[in-house]
Amino acid sequence: MPGAVERPLHERWSFAALGDAGLLVMLRDAQERTAIHGLAETLREAALDGVIELVPAIDSVLICFDPLVTTSGTLRRAVTALLSSSPSTSDPARRIVEIQVAYGGTHGPDLPDVAQACGLAEEAVIALHTREPMPVLMIGFMPGFPYIGGLPSALHLPRRASPRQAVAAGSVAIANDQTGIYPSRSPGGWHIIGWTAQSLFEPDREPPALLRAGDLVRFVPIAVD
Amino acid sequence: MARLEVLKGGIQTSVQDLGRIGHRAQGVPLAGAMDRFALEAANRLVGNPPAAAGLEMLAGGLAVRFLDGAVFALCGGDLGAHIAAEPVALWSAIKVTAGSVLTFAGRQHGSRAYLAVAGGIVVPELLGSRATYLPGGWGGFEGRVLRAGDQLDLGEAGDVPSDRWLPTEYQPPYSTFPVLHCIAGPHAHLFAAETLGRFFASTYRLSPACDRMGYRLDGPTLQTSAPVSLASLGVLPGVVQVPPHGQPILLMADAQTTGGYPVIATVIGPDVALAAQLMPGDQVSFRQVSDSWAVDVARRQRLWLASIQEHDDLIGAPI
Repeated sequence: MPGAVERPLHERWSFAALGDAGLLVMLRDAQERTAIHGLAETLREAALDGVIELVPAIDSVLICFDPLVTTSGTLRRAVTALLSSSPSTSDPARRIVEIQVAYGGTHGPDLPDVAQACGLAEEAVIALHTREPMPVLMIGFMPGFPYIGGLPSALHLPRRASPRQAVAAGSVAIANDQTGIYPSRSPGGWHIIGWTAQSLFEPDREPPALLRAGDLVRFVPIAVD
Repeated sequence: MARLEVLKGGIQTSVQDLGRIGHRAQGVPLAGAMDRFALEAANRLVGNPPAAAGLEMLAGGLAVRFLDGAVFALCGGDLGAHIAAEPVALWSAIKVTAGSVLTFAGRQHGSRAYLAVAGGIVVPELLGSRATYLPGGWGGFEGRVLRAGDQLDLGEAGDVPSDRWLPTEYQPPYSTFPVLHCIAGPHAHLFAAETLGRFFASTYRLSPACDRMGYRLDGPTLQTSAPVSLASLGVLPGVVQVPPHGQPILLMADAQTTGGYPVIATVIGPDVALAAQLMPGDQVSFRQVSDSWAVDVARRQRLWLASIQEHDDLIGAPI
């Protein structure tokens, strides 16, 4: 915002060691989580000496480093300098990835319960879920599993009281303020509202994961035959 | 191409190297050897690149036949290795003739042993590594543990001395009750000082719920000062999480890449190898150390590993 005073760095960000080979850069205010994408891009471009890889998450970035090449202290200073010099308003370009979803029926067994719990018709749930692209906050839990934020508040529900032993690969599910997609069959506690035929993860594909943190996902309903 | 034949698969034997680097942001865990020092030492002893693929075996029961003459090394835990009723020395390069059968009677010390063969084990690389990712069923040898009848290809072995060995003083201090050195946090501040004190002063026992993803530890319960709901963050092997039930979990090589439980401390890299040699019923305690203390240990271990090849140059070992 023009004319506004930028909050001091140390008020927005904090650091913490994750053992001898990890440094977490954390946002103090989770409301500012869109800044994580910019931070990850800045760190990637900086290619700091001794940094092996970066793991963006909901409100932090984990820097994995080689303790024989660099130190936590050196990295803290370097990251502080990068954060000071980068304009905080920069939001790097995001890929928009379309995910085609068969909603409801056998593909989305929890859609009726979700609709009822939210006081909406099933069509309205689908309309809300597909209304606008939503950001991938991070990939975790299992290879290729995306945590997609921005779920309209009308659809916010706690996780299922009892998780399922087996959720089918490709299941599109929601819980709290997020959507997830299960890359392979796994136990799961989120509400399954649909299914996609697109593969979220293949170990022999380049890149192996379909989505990455920072992408925007546009869910598109497809007719179920 | 030289080959290795599996006669008995043992409790849990899998092809592992030093793991997959660079894909954690896509949710892909490191996998690879739980005891990285032991695999690297075994590789260096037989003249392999440090990250070459070998076999990780848990406890006992494995039996393999060398279909061709080979040079191999066994490092890590002592699982009672024998060839034709003769005990096999650990931490040494050993030359065998075609037809030799290597068996493992059972756990003597430690729990995981690493077999490196000159030339390395050749399986397809996935995402830059030959490590088996067992939870996902891919990587390594068909994404699974080895069983009777499996045949493994070996790579071309270079000219390498077969008399290399690593002295006891250069081996990690394995124990059934190790002290695991940690860097505190990053969520240490969410616990009362008294709770942190209890964590670092207590003994924890490995529960039966232990595998390559992590170990659930039984011992004094830990609770945060107030109920917390943390956003998931990136985690690493060595991280000690405290789930709501209060029994800590030590993450290992196949652990998920992110987690939302509070992290009370993180075991330093070199000590994860000590944890890798444990089995349910064994005990651990945790000790807080500084960054520089941890770097010193890492540097020392790097010198020990480098000494394997340096020794050749110093004594003019035959090629």
